[in-house]
Amino acid sequence: MDLATKSNAIEADGLAKRYSDALAVDGISFAIERGTITGLLGGNGAGKTTTIGMIMGLVAPSAGRVRVFGADMAREPYRVLGRMNFESPYVDLPHRLTVRQNLTVFGLLYGVADTAARIAKLSAELDLSEFLDRQAGKLSAGQKTRVALAKAMINEPDLLVLDEPTASLDPDTADWIRGHLERYRAATNATILLASHNMFEVERLCDRVIMMKRGKIVDDDAPEQLIARYGRQNLEEVFLDIARGRRQPVLPAEAAP
Amino acid sequence: MSAEALSFSPRRVGAMVLRHWYLLRSSWPRLVELIYWPAVQMFMWGFLQVGMARQSGAAMAAASTFLAAFLLWDILFRGQIGFSMSFMEEMWARNLPNLMISPLRPVEFVIALMAMSVIRLAVGFVPVTILAILFFGFNLWGLGLVLVAFFANLFFTAWAVGMLCSGLVMRNGLGAEGLTWSMMFILLPLTCVYYPVATLPALVQPVAWALPPTAVFEGMRALVVDHVFRADLMLWALGLNAIWLAVGATSFVALLGSARRAGALIQTGE
Repeated sequence: MDLATKSNAIEADGLAKRYSDALAVDGISFAIERGTITGLLGGNGAGKTTTIGMIMGLVAPSAGRVRVFGADMAREPYRVLGRMNFESPYVDLPHRLTVRQNLTVFGLLYGVADTAARIAKLSAELDLSEFLDRQAGKLSAGQKTRVALAKAMINEPDLLVLDEPTASLDPDTADWIRGHLERYRAATNATILLASHNMFEVERLCDRVIMMKRGKIVDDDAPEQLIARYGRQNLEEVFLDIARGRRQPVLPAEAAP
Repeated sequence: MSAEALSFSPRRVGAMVLRHWYLLRSSWPRLVELIYWPAVQMFMWGFLQVGMARQSGAAMAAASTFLAAFLLWDILFRGQIGFSMSFMEEMWARNLPNLMISPLRPVEFVIALMAMSVIRLAVGFVPVTILAILFFGFNLWGLGLVLVAFFANLFFTAWAVGMLCSGLVMRNGLGAEGLTWSMMFILLPLTCVYYPVATLPALVQPVAWALPPTAVFEGMRALVVDHVFRADLMLWALGLNAIWLAVGATSFVALLGSARRAGALIQTGE
């Protein structure tokens, strides 16, 4: 399967990952167009985090390959790592450093031309000014998430990979984060790949959803198309149908009156 | 390995040094830890040296090198701990994935860890050498320029062992952190810190000579006791260190690759 085109941000081809005792990702292929927001969904153990790890170059595939902006992430990740970034609740920033110090360090690592100006801009956009000089370990969950997002945007990435960006946030903060992601995509035409268990969030943000189960892609379409094909009211019901294997998509012929 | 992987940016190295400098500055227990244990050890060896100096003959001659031996051993030990601790700070902070998905190259990461080992050692070591002058009249700096050869060789070994230990922790998780603390002590009896190589059984002596610090400690004794600088020993240590550094760097890169294959970089816990 040749998915390579210049309009794709990510191209996975026969991507597989086997750990010693388990097949985490089972030969998946997909392409993600530039400038889109794509949701990567699946239950626990579906292979989302491993897939994201391979996209970011943190995990070496057992078979197949993944390309980001044309660069094979197993062989030449440094061609594109400066254009990508990542945020996850399972990864922290150093707790003893202040928010400003953390952002300064990552600004320098990513070669941001004017780190102080970039921090000031992010601080205004993500409302960080109140705690910019507070240690990262002393922030609330919502503040930490905003700081992690600021770190993920320090280099204005063309590809932003987010693993459950609103997990453990109150509805107000979560809504605010979603709004910020929408504005960022609109302003920069960045590609966003989002793993989330929040179906409302996925419906609101994503142009397309890739559903995974036991390491395989079991469905892939726009949220509204999936809802229509499964004959459901919302994406959460579709997710449950797929996760529990209790209902197959309604084929066009069956759906016709 | 692609050409991009081999490119080098002083700015990224500086960013990592800055990150660890911020950390040291923010934490007085970390600063105290850098001085406390070397100072305690220095006093212990200093009083032992003073006590034995009241004896006569061979015991006095042997004792005259204790403080110098301890201070040089501390460079070796603290150099490795400084390297490995800076690496483990990233593991403890769960920050390693952030670094591994950034443009920071492994070689830049390693050079930043080397720089931090020098900075951390300097913070603790310089005050302790001053205390040695004040309390025991022993001036390590009085050994002069030859110290550069001693320091360089000890740091090279410390970094080689530090790369191996950090690679093992990266691959196997924080469960392997005990190795970081104990690895150098395997070398303590074999590198003949406090006694000449001739003291060891004949069968073990070739093993001792394969360890770069052995030549440094023998060189130190030649300088302190016989007032002779043994350039041959320093060159021997340098040659061995070239091999050790190559093995350390190869191990680090191989263990990084293994960590990627095992998925260890996205699960940086125990």
